[in-house]
Amino acid sequence: MITAGIDIGSITAKAALIRDGKLAGTSLQFTGYHAAKAGNAVLETLLDRTGIRRDDIDIIVSTGYGRNSVDFADKAVTEITCHGAGAHFIDPEIRFVVDVGGQDSKVIKIDGTGKVIDFAMNDKCAAGTGRFLEVMARALEADLDDFGRISAEADAPAAISSICTVFAESEVISLISRGESRQNMIAGIHESVASRISAMARRVGVTPPVMMTGGVARNQGVVRALESRMDAEIRVSPHAQLNGAIGAALLAARMQ
Amino acid sequence: MADNQKKHDPAKKAPKIQAVSRMKEIMTNYYIDAKTAREQGKKVAWITSGGPVEPLIAMDVIPVYPENHGAMIGASKMGAQLCEKAEEMGYSRDLCSYARADIADSVQKTGPIGGLPEPDMLVCCNNICGTVLKWYETAARYYKVPLFILDTPFVHTEFSDSARKYVLSQIYEYIAFLETHCGTKMNYDRMEEVGRLSVEGTGLWQAVLDTCAHRPAPMTAFDAFFHLALIVTLRGTRTAVDYYRQLLDELNQRIADGVSMVPDEKYRLLWDNLPVWYKTRWLSEKFAAHDAALVADTYTSAWSGMLPDMGGQTFLEAMAETYTKVYINISIDRMFDIVANMIEKYQVDGMVMHSNRSCKPYSLGQYDLRQMIMDRLGVPTLIIEADMVDERAFSESQIDTRIDAFMETLKS
Ligand code: SF4
Repeated sequence: MITAGIDIGSITAKAALIRDGKLAGTSLQFTGYHAAKAGNAVLETLLDRTGIRRDDIDIIVSTGYGRNSVDFADKAVTEITCHGAGAHFIDPEIRFVVDVGGQDSKVIKIDGTGKVIDFAMNDKCAAGTGRFLEVMARALEADLDDFGRISAEADAPAAISSICTVFAESEVISLISRGESRQNMIAGIHESVASRISAMARRVGVTPPVMMTGGVARNQGVVRALESRMDAEIRVSPHAQLNGAIGAALLAARMQ
Repeated sequence: MADNQKKHDPAKKAPKIQAVSRMKEIMTNYYIDAKTAREQGKKVAWITSGGPVEPLIAMDVIPVYPENHGAMIGASKMGAQLCEKAEEMGYSRDLCSYARADIADSVQKTGPIGGLPEPDMLVCCNNICGTVLKWYETAARYYKVPLFILDTPFVHTEFSDSARKYVLSQIYEYIAFLETHCGTKMNYDRMEEVGRLSVEGTGLWQAVLDTCAHRPAPMTAFDAFFHLALIVTLRGTRTAVDYYRQLLDELNQRIADGVSMVPDEKYRLLWDNLPVWYKTRWLSEKFAAHDAALVADTYTSAWSGMLPDMGGQTFLEAMAETYTKVYINISIDRMFDIVANMIEKYQVDGMVMHSNRSCKPYSLGQYDLRQMIMDRLGVPTLIIEADMVDERAFSESQIDTRIDAFMETLKS
């Protein structure tokens, strides 16, 4: 049996194919303005890449903020449930998922089968999300991809607000004018993101082992800061950005 | 469109509750009465929703509830505009949206009933929050009318003897205040009669809410939000008693006929905090699409089951206690007991908490309460962030995802 999962996030659209319980392929592209078109395009790319035909797909599940605009999906499931299933598939030991995407962050507690026990989301404010890091990278005229490496050289992370992105940005600008080192500022930015997320995680109650997913998981600086604040080792998913799509494809297989 | 919920099927809609039209008629008459009080030679008092209204009724003063008016503003989706107006006037966005909307409408008079009837006096009871103190002081200055403040101490563990004496002595001051400003003496026989009607009305209201203990529920909390208006505004009158008797009969008939509000009720939820007035329809359809019925809530039950046993006390003595022990004037441990009781009584599968940006006393402690409910009772609990009147604090797609995710966990 072949099933597909399509995850339409605010910034990227992802697709995953599962064939007979194994991951058969994934693809990722920018969502752009048209969520429905992005869903179609990301799936087509994946079909091209894997040589699987559209007719061979038995069931399609959509997820993410754009889940209800994927008109060719058989069912829409929220990213919470999909992330739980996806993390369990990648590593069955996982009991807690931290997903930090472009526009929101969420923490999900799962049981030994990948079923969601509890969750919390931060979707009201850019603080504690990928968007926050992008804003800071712009203020610092730095490349976001270098953030993890640079922050590793910090000696004393600067104190930066985690309440509001706009406040934090002006704090960074005044730190720049005071001559604070880049390393310390970037480390401080990571602490700010981590403090917001770890507070949310503690509210739900951290149950290790913890997996981190979402685009921000690629930033080692945030991962390290989170590990120390959550007091738990974090395993970064090898498919960090694709976890939701993989979970959706798995749930599709269970719908049979 | 792919959807994880059922399509809305109008043919499957439950029949409407007939009493609704009577309720609208009573509320219309009530507001006409209040707006024409001067012509009738009657006085109008503004009073907080948790305030003891019975002495006003006994003195033939028309009680008007700015909070009920705030709810009407919210339900008419006029909240954001009026809140903005209040912010222009210099009030903080952090101020309760009932206060903001009402204060702005006092000046602008463009609300659902063209502004509240002006008060002759104000009665403020701080059993619900501290906001009302400043709000009513503002109103007293604006309308240049006398203000009576009834101070009810917070109930941490129990209603102490000194608290009882303290509140009761103020009840007598309250009556003296009314006598001064009405120019007539209180008729204590009439007072006891109003008290009896109040006990009867609140008892009937509890019975109405209790019909939802039946599976499937003949109405939901969304209906309770609507039918609540009378027990708030006309508590202590024959009208309220008669109305709730009619409503109760109708609901019992629905049970007998097997009529449920949510056609395929599978999940039973408990709601916490005030309604999101401008989104009740959306939320009710959202939950119904998941076959979920909100079978009870902590908010509307705050006006119910008052003094089931007065234990030989006079009504005024009992009143001092009841009004002090309202749901948001008690400790979180007592709140937990009440919630645990409701979870059992209404056979609840999950709880939905509205973290209400406006109402701090209601929302403070919700995360702890949630933890207690999940740990001790194993009942899954969802928190959604919104505001009861200010639509600017509501994000539909985000709340949509949370509710869907929560229902997925309940179903799996
Ligand atoms: S703060 Fe809460 S209790 Fe006080 S007036 Fe506003 S809604 Fe009512």
